[in-house]
Amino acid sequence: MRAANSGDDGSYHRLLKLITPALRAAARKGLARAGQPVDQSEDIVQDILLAVHLKRHTWNPAAPFAPWLFAIARNKLIDTLRRRGRRIFVDIDDFAETIASEPPAEVVPAGEVALHLEALPARQREVLQSIAVDNVSIKETALKLAMSEGAVRVALHRGLAKLTDNLRDS
Amino acid sequence: METEQLIRILAADNRRRSPSVGQVLAVALAAAFPVSLALFLSTLGMRQDVMLAMHNPFFDLKFVVTLSLMISAMAVGLHLSRPDAALGGWVALLFVPIVILAIGIGWETMLPQRLPMMVRLVGSNSMTCLLAIPLLSLPLLFAALLALRHGATARPVVSGAFAGLLSAGLAATLYASHCPDDSPLFVATWYTMATLPVTAIGALAGARILRL
Repeated sequence: MRAANSGDDGSYHRLLKLITPALRAAARKGLARAGQPVDQSEDIVQDILLAVHLKRHTWNPAAPFAPWLFAIARNKLIDTLRRRGRRIFVDIDDFAETIASEPPAEVVPAGEVALHLEALPARQREVLQSIAVDNVSIKETALKLAMSEGAVRVALHRGLAKLTDNLRDS
Repeated sequence: METEQLIRILAADNRRRSPSVGQVLAVALAAAFPVSLALFLSTLGMRQDVMLAMHNPFFDLKFVVTLSLMISAMAVGLHLSRPDAALGGWVALLFVPIVILAIGIGWETMLPQRLPMMVRLVGSNSMTCLLAIPLLSLPLLFAALLALRHGATARPVVSGAFAGLLSAGLAATLYASHCPDDSPLFVATWYTMATLPVTAIGALAGARILRL
């Protein structure tokens, strides 16, 4: 995370990939405990990843990363379960235990983020889709959409922030 | 959407740096303070004898109390904007204004008084105080809550309450320059009562808008 904060996009990409299995396992465990279908775990995982991304400035680089990550994840998980009408207490140990062990690979693609992506303004949606679906870099996206790189970055960031707001309010 | 795809988007957005919650809070309060100030100057204004009053240590003490409330509440609010923050001993910061006020009360009782205690406590302006502080604090509270939204608190209600305390502290600082009652007994009674509804509004609003 420190490398990512200093502008190393590759480290950041690896970090997000690294934490995803643990988040997925914890989300499944939380859902299972609440008596809900675990195949919806991916929505929660994506929700957590968005929060981690948009709130990463609240991590204190002098402090360990894991407690911060678990605090975000725990909050998002509780929030989701509560919104679905169940009160549940999530033990922080759920996250700690699952860090080491790899969960089963079966994953149902999440629908919520995609749904809210559709509702974004055209430009923001195009930029997000270009990078996500077409796997195109910022530079190439700028060329393809006839925008400046700066404008692509701004559209990307605003799109993400808006997506997260809409997710939270849904 | 596949999580893999989402991660690609997030990684592409990595270079976008967000300002700290403290910076955002400072900007928000700097923008809202002139609103409260204009509201204050156009309705109440400073008291006529303000130059003279400044030589009265009990007049000056009001500002020490209200500003220390604002600063302590701001420190706790910013601390809580981190999701992994424990409230722990931070609440003890709120004792700073309380202790200063208690010292003020003790100090005043040791001095010969022209007015009996109950008269000093009831004062001449208590209703204005109860109305003015909450009203003047509303623009500040709005700004503080918006700024704390930039954080990621695990305790939205408590954070909202501290946003209320800090805006009430700042609003009370303005009001104190109008208020003709300088007795620490008056401050302890009426300023505290005026702070409570602002804190409650902050807590209620926080529960809604400060969720992660």
